[in-house]
Amino acid sequence: MAAIEATGLVKTFRTRKNTVKALDGIDLDVPEGSVLGLLGPNGAGKTTTVRVLTTLMAPDAGSARVLGHDVVKEADTVRSLVGLSGQYAAVDELLTGRENLWMFGRLYRLSSQQAKQRAEELLEVFDLTDAADRILKTYSGGMRRRLDLAGSLIAHPKVLFLDEPTTGLDPRSRLDLWQIIRDRVSEGVTILLTTQYLEEADELADSIAVVDHGSVIARGTADELKAKVGGERIEVVVHEPDDTDRALELLVGALGITDLDATTTDHHSRRITLPAPGGSSALVDVIRTLDGGGIRIADIGLRRPTLDDVFLTLTGHEAVVDETKEKA
Amino acid sequence: MSATVERPGRVNPLSRALSDAGVLAWRSLKRIPRTPDMLIYATIQPIMFVLLFAYVFGNAIPIPGFPGARAYREFLMSGIFAQTMAFAVASASVGLADDMSKGLIDRFRSLPMARSGVIAGRVVGDLVFNAFVMLVMVICGFIVGWRWHNGFGQALAAFAILLLFAFAMLWVGALIGLSVGGPEVASSAGLIWLFPLTFLSNAFVPTPNLPSGLQPVAEWNPISSIVAACRHLFGNPSPFASPDGFPAQHPVWLSLIWCALIIAVFAPLAVRKYRSATSH
Ligand SMILES: Nc1ncnc2c1ncn2[C@@H]1O[C@H](COP(=O)(O)OP(=O)(O)OP(=O)(O)O)[C@@H](O)[C@H]1O
Ligand SMILES: [Mg+2]
Repeated sequence: MAAIEATGLVKTFRTRKNTVKALDGIDLDVPEGSVLGLLGPNGAGKTTTVRVLTTLMAPDAGSARVLGHDVVKEADTVRSLVGLSGQYAAVDELLTGRENLWMFGRLYRLSSQQAKQRAEELLEVFDLTDAADRILKTYSGGMRRRLDLAGSLIAHPKVLFLDEPTTGLDPRSRLDLWQIIRDRVSEGVTILLTTQYLEEADELADSIAVVDHGSVIARGTADELKAKVGGERIEVVVHEPDDTDRALELLVGALGITDLDATTTDHHSRRITLPAPGGSSALVDVIRTLDGGGIRIADIGLRRPTLDDVFLTLTGHEAVVDETKEKA
Repeated sequence: MSATVERPGRVNPLSRALSDAGVLAWRSLKRIPRTPDMLIYATIQPIMFVLLFAYVFGNAIPIPGFPGARAYREFLMSGIFAQTMAFAVASASVGLADDMSKGLIDRFRSLPMARSGVIAGRVVGDLVFNAFVMLVMVICGFIVGWRWHNGFGQALAAFAILLLFAFAMLWVGALIGLSVGGPEVASSAGLIWLFPLTFLSNAFVPTPNLPSGLQPVAEWNPISSIVAACRHLFGNPSPFASPDGFPAQHPVWLSLIWCALIIAVFAPLAVRKYRSATSH
């Protein structure tokens, strides 16, 4: 049985000024025990998808089931089975870590004693025991995130929804959180996580669905997506803005690039990116070619494909940030 | 070792609603001492009103039928009590709008808890808070010379009516808090309409002193009914422009009817709003 199943989800928001089709026919199918990464830029519809699947919002059209229960008709059952850690850590700033977890435990219908015990266990797992009696105002972003995640695990959910769990965390906290998520996976929990980072989806997800403007534009494993994008890329910054076009022309010829869509140039930052099938050996060719053409290089490097590259390849445009989305 | 979770349905819905409200009320009460500045402002404001009205306007506002300098202060206190309870609207609206903007409402809504729990918990917590504020005002009233004259039992009844009124107004505040965009808007949206409502009442000025066109409005005003009920129970001066009207004859009944009406209308609306509340 699929742990999460969504077909044709549509959700339209009407505000005074405009109408936004946040979901435009999302289909998802997450097998039990697997991790789906929902990858997309700001405003793609990731949070809205999570909100529909966790019963916070009814879709205008389409339907979804979590562990076989309809998210609209059997919302209460779904709520008791899933855990949600939203995009912004939703914890009470004026309660201590222990108090927050106890409160959530009580609301999951644990007895006071059980809630206390479960809070203790989770504080231990999330390495928050030392900070347990401090109010959350004094927590760092990473600690808050961990506590938020701990709150979503109280009832041992079989399905976990994590909305951008690591956005805004420093690299160290991100690695810690990844480990916590992997531990849940090894316990057999099904996870749907949203992210803006290809790297994160690559690291954690069994399969990835790329969303843009409310629909899934590509799905597959991280490797499949990367293969589509074409692996590593070379990024060159030339010294003179006027040289960018000529540099591209020279490089396309020298490297034998046939697909011009796979390259980008930006005059403003004097940056050119190219596919680099040969990895670092292509770097040498680039330097040689530009040097031969008398073009000065300000910076050059290899980099792994990013969300932008995926978007560029899949849609022909960069991951456009939806300005209307920015929180006031 | 780890606790198991009961599935909903096995629990009786009423005991579930009460237990959830209890947990959320516990949360509100825990928060009060941790925001001491809020507690301080909430008590300073009514104290300022008592002092301003008692000493600045007191001599300028005669109470028809009750001569003497003390009369205004006796008259005033019930007005201040009722006004302060009416302003409880703001604590509920700001509190809920704040929870909403922090994403907490979303989290609560994703839990298998009773739909009324979050608001009910808030209301109970705020009620305790307001009871404390009232205690401070009573002391303040005693200092400026206000007294009750019909015994402690009747005074207690008056305080009960005031808290019932606060309870009713908190549901109004809950609806406002869940409907507006953020805590800043919630505070002004919660209060702005209360100013005309309290000034168009018998709270600070005896209704016989108002323009005759406004007198019936002011006497049927829910705030006036609470104030009149309190004055009646405390045995304080309670002049009416139309002493034979229902508001003058049955102040306690009218106040109870108003409270019941407000609760009957706003509690279901607030809970309905909560079910569809979104944090954007
Ligand atoms: N409650 C709402 N009212 C109006 N518009 C909304 C609402 N919620 C979302 N939207 C709009 O729907 C679109 C999708 O939003 P959503 O929050 O799902 O995006 P997202 O992929 O989670 O983005 P981000 O990465 O910024 O979190 C955006 O254009 C947003 O402005
Ligand atoms: Mg989002």
